Amino acid sequence: MAKHPFHDVAIVGIANSAQARVLEGHDSTTITFQAVHRVLADSGLSPADIDGVAAGPFSGPLTYYMRNGPSWRSHMVPSIPIILDAASAIATGQCHTVLVAHGSAGIYTERASTAPWTRPANEFVVAYGMFTAAEFALIARRHMHMHGTTPEQLATVAATIRNNGHVHPGAVYCGRGPFTPDDILASRMVADPFHLLDCAMTSEGACALILTTRERAQDLPNTPVYILGGAGDSFGPSYQHPPAWDLAGPSGRNNGYTGRWAAQKSFAMAELGPADVDVCEFYDPFSFEIIRQFEAYGFCEPGEGGEFVMDGRIGPGGQFPVTTDGGTMSFSHGGAAVQQLQRVIRGVEQLRGACVSAQVPDAGVAMCSNGGAGALFTDVMLLGTQTP
Amino acid sequence: MSELLQPQSLGIPMPVPTLFSQPYWDGCKVGELRYQRCGDCGAVTMDPAPACSACFSANLFWEVSAGQGEVYSWTTVWRPQTPAFTVPYAAVIVTLDEGFWLLSNLINCPVDAVHVGMRVKTAFVELSEEITLPYFEPAG
Repeated sequence: MAKHPFHDVAIVGIANSAQARVLEGHDSTTITFQAVHRVLADSGLSPADIDGVAAGPFSGPLTYYMRNGPSWRSHMVPSIPIILDAASAIATGQCHTVLVAHGSAGIYTERASTAPWTRPANEFVVAYGMFTAAEFALIARRHMHMHGTTPEQLATVAATIRNNGHVHPGAVYCGRGPFTPDDILASRMVADPFHLLDCAMTSEGACALILTTRERAQDLPNTPVYILGGAGDSFGPSYQHPPAWDLAGPSGRNNGYTGRWAAQKSFAMAELGPADVDVCEFYDPFSFEIIRQFEAYGFCEPGEGGEFVMDGRIGPGGQFPVTTDGGTMSFSHGGAAVQQLQRVIRGVEQLRGACVSAQVPDAGVAMCSNGGAGALFTDVMLLGTQTP
Repeated sequence: MSELLQPQSLGIPMPVPTLFSQPYWDGCKVGELRYQRCGDCGAVTMDPAPACSACFSANLFWEVSAGQGEVYSWTTVWRPQTPAFTVPYAAVIVTLDEGFWLLSNLINCPVDAVHVGMRVKTAFVELSEEITLPYFEPAG
């Protein structure tokens, strides 16, 4: 049997910087460096051990200030695809140890407006007051129309995720709960059907990961976590065109289920299926996105997602615990990319048995995701404790 | 009856036409909703594009829509994108009868009357010398 493409790759370090609504005295560079210092400490490695950097705009500065050149460098946005890029570089021998990092601070200062990264500039949407909540609302509304999905089902997702953040000491909104679905529905309307508490919040912070070879991982302090599968689905640029559920080409594969085909490829690579997933570190920009993802990834049939998230199935102790740190609704949401890496970091933490909120006992397989149908893309990744 | 949705006024961020979208914005100025059709396969393409979204041919020509369609999806927005926008406003994706989607705002409609499948027609609002925006309003 052919060897798994990521057989020789392991995630050996994860770290968060401080996370807060506003981090006084920091900018994006300094907070990213804080996460880098912490991930080096977590992994037991030093800058001299790093021969690859995947950190978006910070790749150049990190390489220069660490003086670790000549170094491999990724040019991708720091989210799930950059981790796959780093793993591919290691698997193909272009480098052996990659630092992945991203951070954001001091960017969202004009609070009367929505966050700058949520506002599109494209000529066909700019004059109509669009921002991410409205984009994702147009997706959710279509699903509600087709399948009768209810605001109460959306609110159940939001309450579940926010309650995970409520008990996570590192979450920006730690202690802000607990929430019932009625609390979510009682919060002010932002973009119908999304109430304020159905939506991601905004905050500042950074995070980082280190990937290395399976062989090197044996000498390092942490239990290695392996990449069992990963892929991405894109339907075009985010926030420039109408975010239609039924956007599709001749293949008939539609934007409403973006991530479905990436999940199928990931499960095939991992030789696993949805029933094998112990923890669902799904990206949660808006409550409906969790319902959509359970359908897209094949955990339930199209139209069944609303019922699927009820009755405690996605909460702590449920069959498919979701977004166990509070996600972008409660843990942190640092901007365009950094919070997407958080899903992978939490997946690794769950598999180490080290998540301080909603730890799943003996978690062996974690599914992580980024993006969403309102943004016309979804990336997924499967992590595991066993070498693939 | 709830309040009527209104168009926005000058001060909101404005579209910047490109080389291949300029005919669309020129059409709006004269009250025409223009869209592209493929000279090779006959398919409709929208938003304005440099190639056909069905066969990728560059052989596109402009036609004028009857401006009639129905609401495909909608959201009423209560937290404005920026303070330049007056709330509430309703963002809609409209399926035009010629078979393309357009993202716009609904006006002249009670806030609580918006629904999927609602019949709508274009309502052009001149915001500046360069830009007239296509909005939609209830039809009939």
